[in-house]
Amino acid sequence: MNIVVLVKQVPDSGSERALDSSDNTVARASADNVINEMDEYAIEEALTVKESQGGEVTVLTVGPAGATDAIRKALSMGADKAVHVTDDAIHGSCAVQTSAVIAAALSQLEYDLVICGAESTDGQVSVMPALLSERLGVPHLSGARKLTVEGTTLHVERQTDGGFWALEAQTPAIVSTWDTINEPRYPSFKGIMAAKKKPVETKTLADLGLDPATVGLASATSQVLDFAGRPPKGAGVKVTDEGDGAEKLVGYLASQKIV
Amino acid sequence: MAEVLVLVEVAPDGSGVRKTTLEALTAARVLGEPSAVVLGAPGTAATVKDTLAEYGAQKVYVGESEDIDAYLVAPKAEVLAQLVAEKSPAAVVIPSTPEGKEIAGRLAIKTGSGFLTDVTDIAADGTATQVAFAGATIVHSKVTTGTPIYTLRGNSVTPEASAGAATEEQVTVSVSEAAKQTRVLDRVVEQKSSRPELTEASIVVSGGRGVASAENFAVIEGLADSLGAAVGASRAAVDSGFYPHTFQVGQTGKTVSPQLYVAVGISGAIQHRAGMQTSKTIVAVNKDTEAPIFELADFGVVGDLNTVVPAATEQITARK
Repeated sequence: MNIVVLVKQVPDSGSERALDSSDNTVARASADNVINEMDEYAIEEALTVKESQGGEVTVLTVGPAGATDAIRKALSMGADKAVHVTDDAIHGSCAVQTSAVIAAALSQLEYDLVICGAESTDGQVSVMPALLSERLGVPHLSGARKLTVEGTTLHVERQTDGGFWALEAQTPAIVSTWDTINEPRYPSFKGIMAAKKKPVETKTLADLGLDPATVGLASATSQVLDFAGRPPKGAGVKVTDEGDGAEKLVGYLASQKIV
Repeated sequence: MAEVLVLVEVAPDGSGVRKTTLEALTAARVLGEPSAVVLGAPGTAATVKDTLAEYGAQKVYVGESEDIDAYLVAPKAEVLAQLVAEKSPAAVVIPSTPEGKEIAGRLAIKTGSGFLTDVTDIAADGTATQVAFAGATIVHSKVTTGTPIYTLRGNSVTPEASAGAATEEQVTVSVSEAAKQTRVLDRVVEQKSSRPELTEASIVVSGGRGVASAENFAVIEGLADSLGAAVGASRAAVDSGFYPHTFQVGQTGKTVSPQLYVAVGISGAIQHRAGMQTSKTIVAVNKDTEAPIFELADFGVVGDLNTVVPAATEQITARK
């Protein structure tokens, strides 16, 4: 079973993140960039499926030249090879355009299964599987907390509020994984060393047969008009409990007409 | 006046429309006349039509077929695309659930449009407000291609009643084979709770690592029940096995924006703040006076949650 894992390099969600005021896109140059945390679960799931079904795991990312860190992480965890789509014209693309780039890249690969994280921690749009499904005409089974592969049949438990939906589809298909699905492995020293020798193929829009005019900020389907830091909250009241903490708390709630 | 399509989210237990639908109908009114779109199994529209009329739906498009719920997302996107082609609406507004966002995305590709997810407000000129990066940045965006499609984040808009004609119009549903690829075999409810749904609740009480055990979450639940609130948990509490993942609030859990958020034994790491920072009023109880949650809190109590919270619960209950 050949599996493609989609990974994205994002600004670390544990650090201060910002938009770039020159063009209102995510400020990547100044950020502490890491692999999207949610993608590690996708990589782990791909490796688990490969271990039981055989085949190859290919990492696919779309991003600037510096996105190699995310690729290396995936390869060091055990993925076999990588494709890195990078082209300056892609900068500022919206989700609709990005899905066209990923779909074109996937069309040049042989895959039975595409796995990605349930969302990226920067954009949090979390609909890439649906967009790719629409473009490629293959089913998507998104938000998986459990994936079972039996031959060409896939079963997924899609996490919902207070339960799950049991989904079924045939390969080839696109699956996205929640962080409840597994415990991602740490790359071993051997894995890190081996990753350095694994093939990473770089592709441009021309290699994918895409017209640069159809992607990027200028032709995005939506535009960010402006942005601002959220106004800081005024300093609140802080009291120390000296046996009257509960009373003061309830008093505050009463003053807000909550109780 | 231009027509705006609003996709109706029906409660899975048959109790009518979800509050998100009323919020979407309210938000849509600034753009034009809302037309509700009810897609589901036969008989769905009859249970929700009156509510849709109360909240300003001028028309109700009814697309009912067993095929709608038998497959994931794609059939609804297909029927909506058909309606967009026929009615040329000014915009489409969809509740921002995982399903709603996926429908919006598929619809955008089908109709050659742009879409904006998790918007918290829509202005008359179509400009949408979104909150990015753990609530730290407020962004204004606009769809520049095709029919603007918005998914509206829950609890962002207060539903306002406004009488609408709710004229019913049947829509022919013929789901293509392409939209029948992911079958929904079952919808399983594991936690039957009398508490409000986390993302819809007007009050949320969350517990963190400081709660110290699964059993002790009873303290959190007690306060929540006295306030009629939903219960949430920080990632640290979930990872420690104190509370189920479904209730996780934060970057990799749910985003909530209630009127009141009570953080108990939660330090306030960025991971957690991402999920609750936009709450209207924030109250924190933590024994560590340096905990970052106090920077966000409108009212904070430095003290032991095991004494403060049960006492507060008792006093709130006594006031009733």
